[in-house]
Amino acid sequence: MSEVQQQGIAAVPPSGEPAARQPIIEARGLIKTFGSVVGLDGTDFELYPGEILAVIGDNGAGKSTLIKCLSGAMVADAGEIRVEGTPTVFRRPQDARAAGIETVYQSLAVAPALDIASNMFLGRELRRPGPLGSIFRMLDHGRMRSLAGQQLQELGIGTLQTITQAVETLSGGQRQAVAVARAAAFGSKVIILDEPTAALGVRETGQVLKLIRDLRDRGLPVILISHNMPNVFEVADRIHIQRLGRRVAVVTPKTHSASDAVAIMTGAMDGAASPAVH
Amino acid sequence: MSDVNATSVDPAERFLQRMTPVQRVHSILHRYPALSPAVVLVLAAVVLGSLNNRFFLPSNLSLVAQQVAVVGGLAVGQTLIILTAGIDLSVGAIMVFTSIVMAGSAANYGVPGPLALVIGLVVGTLAGGLNGLLVTRLRLPPFIVTLGTLNIFTALTLLVSSGASIQGKDIPDILLWTGQAIAIGPFRLTTGVVLMLAMYVVATYVLRNTAFGRHIYAVGDDREAARLAGIAVNRILLSAYLTAGFIFAVTAWILIGRVGAASPNVASEANLDSITAVVIGGTSLFGGRGIIIGSLLGALIVGVFRNGLALAGVDVLWQTLVVGVLVIVAVATDQWIRRVRA
Repeated sequence: MSEVQQQGIAAVPPSGEPAARQPIIEARGLIKTFGSVVGLDGTDFELYPGEILAVIGDNGAGKSTLIKCLSGAMVADAGEIRVEGTPTVFRRPQDARAAGIETVYQSLAVAPALDIASNMFLGRELRRPGPLGSIFRMLDHGRMRSLAGQQLQELGIGTLQTITQAVETLSGGQRQAVAVARAAAFGSKVIILDEPTAALGVRETGQVLKLIRDLRDRGLPVILISHNMPNVFEVADRIHIQRLGRRVAVVTPKTHSASDAVAIMTGAMDGAASPAVH
Repeated sequence: MSDVNATSVDPAERFLQRMTPVQRVHSILHRYPALSPAVVLVLAAVVLGSLNNRFFLPSNLSLVAQQVAVVGGLAVGQTLIILTAGIDLSVGAIMVFTSIVMAGSAANYGVPGPLALVIGLVVGTLAGGLNGLLVTRLRLPPFIVTLGTLNIFTALTLLVSSGASIQGKDIPDILLWTGQAIAIGPFRLTTGVVLMLAMYVVATYVLRNTAFGRHIYAVGDDREAARLAGIAVNRILLSAYLTAGFIFAVTAWILIGRVGAASPNVASEANLDSITAVVIGGTSLFGGRGIIIGSLLGALIVGVFRNGLALAGVDVLWQTLVVGVLVIVAVATDQWIRRVRA
């Protein structure tokens, strides 16, 4: 670990000796280039259990590239990703999902014409028990619908009229809720949310932020990528600041203000002067 | 059409009642894509039946069924492709090529009938697979790929057959079996018609009740979303083209029975007719939206219009014109239905 642990910085929630805790996911020296464009220039990253970690950075800082590498949508050219200490290579989104990492992409990755239940189980449909399922490959629509309804209710998303409604008939916030519910239903270790509030109104944004806190309180660490500083400072436990393809600082809302974070993000303040925290 | 939705009582439907009549129709058509072709088919039958009372004779309806067997069969495969947001211009060419391979291998090379059938089914499947490989591996647009293979298979058909038909007397019975008559009540159908209907039953089951079917919709609806949701998009696309190829080969078998011979010069309009049936049937050319039974209704609508107008003594040119208008109305309706209110 190269970060300097400075005295005087408050211990990062949740409790636990920082040095003794093992990150759920960590990345070391990730490099990803697109021709002559450098997306990631040796980024480090770590996410600890039970926290909401925000990833912020200006356009082109490599936020999306970093997240795509962590979620298997892209493969880094160099560097290492470790899941609970074990070096892991994600070649496809399925690999990351198999490791318990679920991602809600900014595009939501929902099929608009399919209904809510079909979308929640897209790519991992349940089959009927017995020969109907094994020989005739028959899907268990009933069970998928009831589980989907249960999941939405558990997350307190009670506004969806029917589970067989096409996703395209839902509002932006409801679609987001479906995508988050899908991630929460299957993500056993980590949930990654890419700009979850970008397209939402004030009320819907509040609902999604509450959803994010609920997920953490249920024990699922969350990685939140966002441009929205008030949102980030409202929910994040730690903030990873990305600049020019590198992590320049990790701060907390307790030690830094939003304007500090923006200053580091844009290079107006030296990231090294506000050292990384664990 | 508003009386169609007046019978509802459950809460979701009551919610619909709050909309204007136009919105209500929109919402219902959005939910049940096969509804508009079904209404058109019934209206067409009623109007055409009133023009000439021979229209509703069992013998005439049986004739319509036999006439749509080939296009209806092709439309099953075409629907699969269009649901993935593709299009297949080579369906008729693959079918005719396959029919020549089936009949020719038996007539010219003495291959036993059942084996000739199997060879044909394999060749048709591989022909579909060629389209699939070009679409997935070379990432070419399906329109261009199948425009190319349309010409390739048309040429291969003429090369293999030397432009000559294979007479029915040289074709083994098993290949002509699809032309055999079956009497169901007063109706005289053929085994080919039953085979075509069976393909709709199987395809309906697969699209509705299997993961493969749901993934075909998802890939056509939003390809990137499907990929991120963990669907192996290229595998689904290739499987769809292979399955469609198999369906075209089965339809080639139906074609041999229908014509009673194998000719390189038949069904030249089948490529576009199959697309017409799918589009009139309410499946969106943009993919991900539609229902397979609609394509059967679409094929029947075209068949009913052609037959009914002919019985009414209307010139064949007017029949074609009506089909053209139907296609445009169907696509316009689809565009309207796709505009979703949030």
